[in-house]
Amino acid sequence: MPRYSIGIDLGTTNSAVSYFDLEAANARGHEQTMLSIPQVTAVGTIEEKWLLPSFLYLPNNQEFPAGALALPWDQQRKDTLVGEFARSHGSKVPMRLVSSAKSWLCHAGVNRLDAILPWQAPDDVQRVSPLEASARYLSHLREAWDHQFKGHALAEQDVVLTVPASFDAAARELTLKAAQQAGFPNVTLIEEPQAAFYAWLEERGESYRKHVQPGDVVLVVDVGGGTSDFSLIAVTSQAGDVALTRIAVGDHILLGGDNMDLALAHTVNQRLTAGGKKLDAWQFNALTFACRQAKEQMFADATLEKAALAVPGRGSSLIGGAIKAELSREELTRVLADGFFPRSDLGELPKTARRTGLAQMALPYAQDAGVTRHLAAFLTRQAQAMAAAHEAPVEVAGRKFVHPTAVLFNGGVFKAATLKQRVMEVLNGWLAADGGQAAKELEGVDLDLAVARGAAYYGWARHGHGLRIRGGTARAYYVGVETSMPAVPGLEPPVKALCVAPFGMEEGTQADVPPQEFGLVVGEPTRFRFFSSSLRRGDRVGVMLDDVAGDEELEEVAPIETTLPAGEGDAGRLVPVNLQAAVTEIGTLELRCLEKGGPGKWKLELNVRMKE
Amino acid sequence: MDGNSQSTLSLGARLSMAWKCFWRILGQPEFADKVNRVLAAPAPAVSAPVAPTPAPAPAVSPERLNASGLLVLSVFQREGRLIDFLQENVASFSDAEVGAAARVVHAGCKKALADHFTLEPAFKESEGATVTLPAGFDAQRVRITGNVAGQPPFRGTLKHHGWVASSVRLPAVAESLDARVLAPAEVEL
Repeated sequence: MPRYSIGIDLGTTNSAVSYFDLEAANARGHEQTMLSIPQVTAVGTIEEKWLLPSFLYLPNNQEFPAGALALPWDQQRKDTLVGEFARSHGSKVPMRLVSSAKSWLCHAGVNRLDAILPWQAPDDVQRVSPLEASARYLSHLREAWDHQFKGHALAEQDVVLTVPASFDAAARELTLKAAQQAGFPNVTLIEEPQAAFYAWLEERGESYRKHVQPGDVVLVVDVGGGTSDFSLIAVTSQAGDVALTRIAVGDHILLGGDNMDLALAHTVNQRLTAGGKKLDAWQFNALTFACRQAKEQMFADATLEKAALAVPGRGSSLIGGAIKAELSREELTRVLADGFFPRSDLGELPKTARRTGLAQMALPYAQDAGVTRHLAAFLTRQAQAMAAAHEAPVEVAGRKFVHPTAVLFNGGVFKAATLKQRVMEVLNGWLAADGGQAAKELEGVDLDLAVARGAAYYGWARHGHGLRIRGGTARAYYVGVETSMPAVPGLEPPVKALCVAPFGMEEGTQADVPPQEFGLVVGEPTRFRFFSSSLRRGDRVGVMLDDVAGDEELEEVAPIETTLPAGEGDAGRLVPVNLQAAVTEIGTLELRCLEKGGPGKWKLELNVRMKE
Repeated sequence: MDGNSQSTLSLGARLSMAWKCFWRILGQPEFADKVNRVLAAPAPAVSAPVAPTPAPAPAVSPERLNASGLLVLSVFQREGRLIDFLQENVASFSDAEVGAAARVVHAGCKKALADHFTLEPAFKESEGATVTLPAGFDAQRVRITGNVAGQPPFRGTLKHHGWVASSVRLPAVAESLDARVLAPAEVEL
């Protein structure tokens, strides 16, 4: 029997672990317990911190003295360095540093099982796959837990792992694989914005009813270190009690707090370069760090008109080598507030640049830094999608966008109250223009730790305590079906998309079987193209969409494939099958082939190797 | 303090010594004679000053013994370049230059201080306040200066509220590392 529910926030830049004693009768309230994670913070130095930076450093075997990377549970450790020291030392040796592994995990443009990281590392570096890097972070967390909770091994506990709401079925599957590789047999997945909302619920206790009532629509704005994630949660009344439903999630946007510090540093650096001072990579890092401090200082004290920056010299001559600069409030506002949270109109959509094949290889960073423009796009597209569906989960008739009534912020970026106010100001501006009521802010979650805490709370809520957010899949899923047409040289036959899983499928349920039949050749691999859409809410199972190539609402996920095992000499036989989708209890999507008129049943695997 | 009943040797060391003596008395007649003379000698008077026996060469080197002090230095250097700052000749720089560097030191060391120590004033009143020290006040936490005469309670003005580290969280450091290295040299390849 598990004793603890363990919530793990496997973040793009920081990871955290919270835990909940399942024998406790009540929620933890403010005391949302966190695991102190021992990690190497300097050569031979171990410190415990709540956050484990999600950075992996692959050391050269001569680089550090013996015992330098030892951990309390592994004195011999020398090939893997994870956490604080990996980040700080890795910034000086970027070619050996793996960062943003999570963003690579959801990047369909590369083979995510191949050892490709660090991206463009020299040959002598033992590269790892995005999956392996994630597994190493998780292993570190498991070892830290097992070291402190002897007799309650993590493998025997209920583990809830968080994923961005925008992760598609392939990225979720990979996250689960990483967890299994790291020695977590019992894992449930939860979306990060939902976890943040759970943390808020736990923090508020019963008084949450004063803040959200049936009819409310809560917008969760989660801007982490590397990604921005939006979700909408509707509050309804069901049999006299409050019910929560996650009704929509946004697209995956690779844009986060790290971009913001960098943007400030580039702004200052431009001025320094113009003045004839050239910074090397090390100094630029120091400048980024100084900018972050100046930003925090100025956001904390609104009367400061400027903050002095000093970039120390790298040599032992600190004073002589220092470069002075300053950051003015005008710049801070222009670069951060106006650059990342511009006062944009609802109709202003984020700029997207068409990419060439080559550009796709690196991480597909967001082309438009305007978080508010991404937000506008999310809310308007969802309103259109909801209006098109047979029943809209919230009122959208006659509205240009989904009107949130409350906003919950998450992510370290929003420690700057100015930025929260800016989002509220912009959103309330849109609401006023569209004839809506102003939304209010839901306060009180710890911006760095809420996701891990909420995940642990969710593990407890799953045992029948407290309120749960329903919602099911945030996307509908389709398989590609090639249409038959006479061959024309140079022209690919159009591909149609067959809906196999509708929007909003709940955990532990399976979809109907669409009538379309496929022929599978026994003993030979069969492959389907696989698509998803976060906007097509109304499609039922069996719906066929024409020509996926021209459909902006469809996104291609990794292909799925299966090989029917050949038995009794029937290799080469054609078996007619139907496809069926199911959402597992742990929150992943499973596709099966059902033999038509027979007992056969085969699982289709998502192939996360590179698209060919 | 009774000089006779206290030994600088631990029980284990004494057991080991007794064992060695046992075998040497049996095996070496000269040694047995020497022991006999020691046993026959009168015990030294209680009041006689005990000559401090030179301690056996300590197994722990000074840098190992003071490793935590060295560690604090290395933390302040790593986080806030404190040693670089103190080792530099400030006389040759302008106040503005020293000030700019001081920001680096201040920001980094402040963070290191907050990460590793919880500091609180030794005396809760604000500075400048008139305070009363009762009889039996904690002379470690409070230093009295000026017109120190008579017996407590003393009345005076709080000039400095003092500092107390109410908790210390120093990182664990691998035994195998040389604590004397406060900052490694950096060579860029």
